[in-house]
Amino acid sequence: MEPLEIAEKIKEKFPDEVVEVTSFRDQVSVIVKKHKIIKICRYLHDDANLYFDYLADLCGADHLNKKEPRFEVVYHLYSMRHRHRIRLKAQVPEDDPRIDTVTSIWAGANWHERECHDLFGIVFRGHPDLRRVLLPEDWEGYPLRKDYPVKGPEKEWSGFQEVLDKAKQFKEFGWKG
Amino acid sequence: MERISSNQPPLSEARIAAELKTREITLNMGPQHPATHGVLRLVLELDGETVVKCTPYVGYLHRGIEKLGENLTYLAALPLTDRLDYVSAMNNNIGYVNAVERLFGIEVPERAKFIRTMVAEMGRISNHLLWLGTHALDIGAITPFLYVFREREWIMDLFEELCGARLTLSYPRIGGVRNDLSQKFIDSLYEFTEKFPSRVDEYETLLTENRIWLKRTKGIGVISAEEAINLGFSGPTLRGSNVKYDVRKHAPYDAYDKVEFEVPVGFNGDVFDRYMVRIKEMRQANRIIRQCIEKLPKGPIMADAPEFTLQPKDEMMPVTHPAIEHAFYIDEKVCKGCGMCLRACPAKAIFGEKKQPHKIRQELCVACATCYATCPFKNIRIIPGGKGLSEERLKELAESPIPEEIAKAAEHLVKQFTIIRRGPRVPEGELYVATEVPKGELGFYFVSDGRGRPYRMRIRAPSYVHAMALPRLCEGGLVADIISNIGSIDIVLGECDR
Repeated sequence: MEPLEIAEKIKEKFPDEVVEVTSFRDQVSVIVKKHKIIKICRYLHDDANLYFDYLADLCGADHLNKKEPRFEVVYHLYSMRHRHRIRLKAQVPEDDPRIDTVTSIWAGANWHERECHDLFGIVFRGHPDLRRVLLPEDWEGYPLRKDYPVKGPEKEWSGFQEVLDKAKQFKEFGWKG
Repeated sequence: MERISSNQPPLSEARIAAELKTREITLNMGPQHPATHGVLRLVLELDGETVVKCTPYVGYLHRGIEKLGENLTYLAALPLTDRLDYVSAMNNNIGYVNAVERLFGIEVPERAKFIRTMVAEMGRISNHLLWLGTHALDIGAITPFLYVFREREWIMDLFEELCGARLTLSYPRIGGVRNDLSQKFIDSLYEFTEKFPSRVDEYETLLTENRIWLKRTKGIGVISAEEAINLGFSGPTLRGSNVKYDVRKHAPYDAYDKVEFEVPVGFNGDVFDRYMVRIKEMRQANRIIRQCIEKLPKGPIMADAPEFTLQPKDEMMPVTHPAIEHAFYIDEKVCKGCGMCLRACPAKAIFGEKKQPHKIRQELCVACATCYATCPFKNIRIIPGGKGLSEERLKELAESPIPEEIAKAAEHLVKQFTIIRRGPRVPEGELYVATEVPKGELGFYFVSDGRGRPYRMRIRAPSYVHAMALPRLCEGGLVADIISNIGSIDIVLGECDR
């Protein structure tokens, strides 16, 4: 199926949810509201003509001072059977950065959602294990947000003192470090 | 020693279980474990030899490549992609430049496409060789490790001949490739393609029918096709489960639609099948290289798109060539004293007050033409052969028009300068482009706001997805099989952590 046809189908099925359909270089993105994201994804996954069985990618995007609402969660879907693609973008506002998890539909969304939570601070409701994944657990801030600086003040990692103390403790056992 | 009296009643099963309390052991494997292929850490809960729970921890190699990429021009972010999967840097580069070219809307010349396909398959072979060596070494076969490095070294030497680098190559460029192939390179590569199939036979003699190898790989880490798709697997890891998904076939890029090759698949989805898929893939890669050499067309290696790509260096030669001794001279009458050239000059040869006409100290000037390219008002004059002349003479010469050849070259230089410093003007939009790297599907998602840097750069790393699935593969199996499983999904943590 052509990507625009797919977008039309989603629009037909969920007329109140679809905000906008954009197209760039033959790739179509469907911007949707976040409330029924599970229903939309379930439909895309289960419908025999669409059959998006493969979640190629899931990531966040921050449109600070450019778009309202600020965040987007981007789903790249692919169908192994029909060989078509679509991009789904769910809008997430800054004051309520929560969205439902799609791990129940695609198990592969697990770590992608964790990463999105780690780097953008978006909370995925119902996620089985929502912890930071790439950064240390006590990291402050969300690095991929646009208001997070590339180069911050030179500050030691808060856990470093603990490591140094441990090293001192182990010195009596002959540990050279 | 106390003797057990015979008149005690025999212990019931329940009583034994109650008296001998068993507790699961928590074992920390990694992050510095040689068999985890990098800084992967697994926290295991063990019931004897059986893995009850496996929790992977990643992120020890997180360098924020996505964030860095968002603050660099498209061209400058290219070397970052080498550092993703450092075992097959070439394929990462090609994935990146393909995505950027689609975004810019550049059509790459045919010859460059074939060269890229050729070197990408070389990257695939070198990656699979390293994978085979380490995977076999982890399971206990030492000999293949020595064998594969013989061929890998050959490919490394070929890469060195190609672009001067062995590991972090950055050979492809946006719009083509950096330089053309030498005859020596083609000859050596052709010889390689002739010998390589027999070398693969050698590895297979050591492993494919080896009883220990079969015991350690058959029926281990089995995953069904549906589940593998659902988990987001890609590449040989997915094809091992009998799913014929290959980006090179599903959405061909470069010259993959012009060469013939098969996509090997496995049937059971176990460690052995994933091994067989990679072995067969090496043979196919060899076939593709051979076809690329035979079909290699003549023509340019860089796209003709001067607003996006770097143009050949010799076109700018008349401006920066050291043999022609230019002098640069600031037109005092029109200089507004904005200070742009003053800040940009690497030799610190420009001086002057703000809002007053600047001057160039001719004895310090190295004739690099940076000021010429920086000046927003085009007030700097090039005076060919003007080096060493007096100030008055330069003033006189500045009035006369400069030769056309130099004017044209200078225009080129300014374009080049803009592309490197500010980045080209990019169409607004967003794009996800996937390519088939040896590990699986490497996707780049760009959001462009029209400026010279990506607004959002997202890297979909196959290793990250595969590392996520480790609990699914390992839980319920034995400790020793974890090693087989980690080897069979072929992860590199540089790519996983980004």
